Amino acid sequence: MKIKLNIWKQENPKAKGKFVKYELDGVAEEMSFLEMLDSLNEKLIKEHQEPVAFEHDCREGICGSCGLYINGRPHGPGDEIGTCQLHMRAFREGDSITIEPWRAKGFPVIKDLIVDRNAFDKIMAAGGFISIDMGQAADANAILVSKEAADKAFDAAACIGCGACVAACKNSSAMLFVAAKVSQFALLPQGKIEAKRRALNMIAKMDELGFGSCTNTGACEAECPKGISIDYIAMLNREYLCASFSETE
Amino acid sequence: MSKLDSKIPEGPLAEKWSKYKASMKLVSPLNKKKLDIIVVGTGIAGAPAAATLAELGYNVKSFCFQDTARRAHSVAAQGGINAAKNYKSDGDSVYRLFYDMIKGGDFRAREANVYRIAEVSNAIIDQLTAQGVPFAREYGGTLANRTFGGVQVSRTFYAQGQTGQQVLLGGYSALKRQVSLGKVKMYSRRQMLDLVIIDGKARGIITRNLVTGEIERHSAHAVVLATGGYGTIYYLSTLAVNSNGSAAWQAYKKGAFFGNPSFVQIHPTSIPVLNDYQCKLTLMSESLRNDGRIWVPKEKGDKRDPNIIPEDERDYFLERRYPAFGNLVPRDVASRAAKERCDAGFGVGKTGLAVYLDFRDSVKKQGEKAIKGKYGNLFDLYEKITGESPYKTPMMIYPAGHYTMGGLWVDYNLMTTIPGLFAIGEANFSDHGANRLGASSLMQGAGDGYCILPYTITNYLADEIKTKLPSTDTPEFEEAAKTAKERLDKFLSINGKQTATSFHKRLGHIMWNYCGMSRNEEGLKKALQMIDDLQKEFWSDLKIPGKVEELNQELEKASRIADFLELAKLMALDALNRKESCGAHFREESQTEGGEAQRIDSEYSYVAAWEYQGDNKEPKLHKEELKFENVEVKVRSYK
Repeated sequence: MKIKLNIWKQENPKAKGKFVKYELDGVAEEMSFLEMLDSLNEKLIKEHQEPVAFEHDCREGICGSCGLYINGRPHGPGDEIGTCQLHMRAFREGDSITIEPWRAKGFPVIKDLIVDRNAFDKIMAAGGFISIDMGQAADANAILVSKEAADKAFDAAACIGCGACVAACKNSSAMLFVAAKVSQFALLPQGKIEAKRRALNMIAKMDELGFGSCTNTGACEAECPKGISIDYIAMLNREYLCASFSETE
Repeated sequence: MSKLDSKIPEGPLAEKWSKYKASMKLVSPLNKKKLDIIVVGTGIAGAPAAATLAELGYNVKSFCFQDTARRAHSVAAQGGINAAKNYKSDGDSVYRLFYDMIKGGDFRAREANVYRIAEVSNAIIDQLTAQGVPFAREYGGTLANRTFGGVQVSRTFYAQGQTGQQVLLGGYSALKRQVSLGKVKMYSRRQMLDLVIIDGKARGIITRNLVTGEIERHSAHAVVLATGGYGTIYYLSTLAVNSNGSAAWQAYKKGAFFGNPSFVQIHPTSIPVLNDYQCKLTLMSESLRNDGRIWVPKEKGDKRDPNIIPEDERDYFLERRYPAFGNLVPRDVASRAAKERCDAGFGVGKTGLAVYLDFRDSVKKQGEKAIKGKYGNLFDLYEKITGESPYKTPMMIYPAGHYTMGGLWVDYNLMTTIPGLFAIGEANFSDHGANRLGASSLMQGAGDGYCILPYTITNYLADEIKTKLPSTDTPEFEEAAKTAKERLDKFLSINGKQTATSFHKRLGHIMWNYCGMSRNEEGLKKALQMIDDLQKEFWSDLKIPGKVEELNQELEKASRIADFLELAKLMALDALNRKESCGAHFREESQTEGGEAQRIDSEYSYVAAWEYQGDNKEPKLHKEELKFENVEVKVRSYK
């Protein structure tokens, strides 16, 4: 099939970006969306044009590298998929597809469709861990965890750090991302000791880095490629509230 | 003394590591603060190594080419991580895990190293659990286990089909903690271009900042490569498309020996090639073989819907050929058996290059819910790509390039032949011999990073406490940075007509056809010639747009492919040299009547360690004899 593409091009973080139109023929419906972009780039290079820069790596929805805003939706049409798992069978002959980078204050554009998600690393460094040095751990079965709690913690931990939640949110909030990590640890006995500090510090870092507040719209949950529930935001709020009201450590 | 001193400690196998640890040199906390270590790569070996070294007090510089450490390709490991916990009381032990790995590797790995990794495996599970890795649990709250190929016990710990992600995130969180404490400095979006050696010791690296294009210099007292494998040399593989062998290759060209480069694991259960545009193949975890049965129709070219093919017209060829292990034979055996059926004309699907992996019986027996609980995310992944539901129709699978057992040669200290340069995880050749067993890559990577390297590197650094951090203005750094820059400029100056990807695809074809699942002398010689020709074409007709001083993804590709073109020749050369079949290395000339791999222990019971001699010169082969004192070397049978 033949499609029309409308892609955000921006040379560097400081440059002024603009939409550029491309036409691409010979698109097969079993192609993945990123393979379609690969073939566009191969064509552009041969025609002595600049290829479109976009981020990608594992191409199976787990590394979280790819993240494109396609026709107004993070990761495009389809539920619980990363951009790399979107296939061209979701589109039709003659379709116009607009592709943008994540748009959020916390994620500045580096080039074309690539944004800087370093802010997530900073939030993680603020408390997204359990402080245990190598060699101190007791036998793994000394810590019993109910299957329900382990499963719930896993569902939260499945976050791939792609940033779709932020891109989908009208406030550019990173609450779902932070909630996933805080909840994973809050659900496990191992994480309880640092629970208060973790919730307070990660939220403070999120605010500091320019992410907005949560107004419970639920767009993050709808667009999360791993289907992470906003119930975890409720859990984060509880953790945060309890931590705020209790004595400082 | 020969350059190939494996430095295996004396004493009984089970005591080597503990006795050696007790006798190692130490570095005091005050002196640790004065020592800098570079760790390249942030996967399941690199992130734990960086974090653990920082916990000990060293100053660590951690590098990755991704935008963040959490995206290293270990994230995609699916099925699990092994440990000899014997939580199931099914007869497991450190020795049993060791033996399974030695046998699984077809007696081509070093006994002492393999025993050590089995020995530390339990501590890794303890550490990961303490970090909050949400492993699967039983209702009673204890950890759950499952079985993987090539073994008869349940020793695999897992987190659905995303174990790699969870285990990696454990290491990543430990790393972030050290970043917050100021002990690790992160350098993301950096590609290592060269290793810098001063006075015979590894003292730094040259990197390219992938955002600005700047060529940077970093110095340290020791350098650790945790840069993974080179399976993307096949172009189509289960690996992330940006995974590459460049860091290890540059180290090789600076004098580190390369061990068993031709030992590559072809994973039996990947989603088959669907079209020409694909740039990667998606793995379906080996754990699926716990409940899925592999078969092809008994009739050649049977194009019927698999669901209507009656039981007696199906050939469950793994169960037929290997009754003792059935569908859970090791990966090399399963891959070759699938290839054999497809080559004989029994393959299914559009291309005939696929076999069925069928869950009908398990769904019937255990119910859809139970199967969903174990493999839900894998089934979803399959359905997203193929549009078919494995609950209703058998999966179609075919082997694909996956893991490289070969890698930089290291001694018992995980140090390469360059003093001060260490290689851990998939980047070294160490523990898997000629074939890796499932769920042991996470174990080995994590074991190297958390448990082993922190000791052995300390032993090395104890002699470096008086060494000042080298300046990056030395002639060695000048020279390395200059050479790296010139090479990048050269890619851009060729200004030919063909894209980097088109060369990669062609190289992949050559390697898959002649140096993949099955090899022979004629094919390997032909491959060497073809790679040579392709390399010449690459350097005269490559087209790279843009410039060095900017984010330039095509330039990144070109740099990796240029290295792959060289590495490919070494792989073929190594495969040509080893005229026996062993593990994943199948030389057609050396097989039993039943078509199984036939080792020739009298001639090839060694590690092939290759030494670079200069471009266009034949590398020099060194042999590390393998001695088996604790196991009986026998024909590897899964029948």
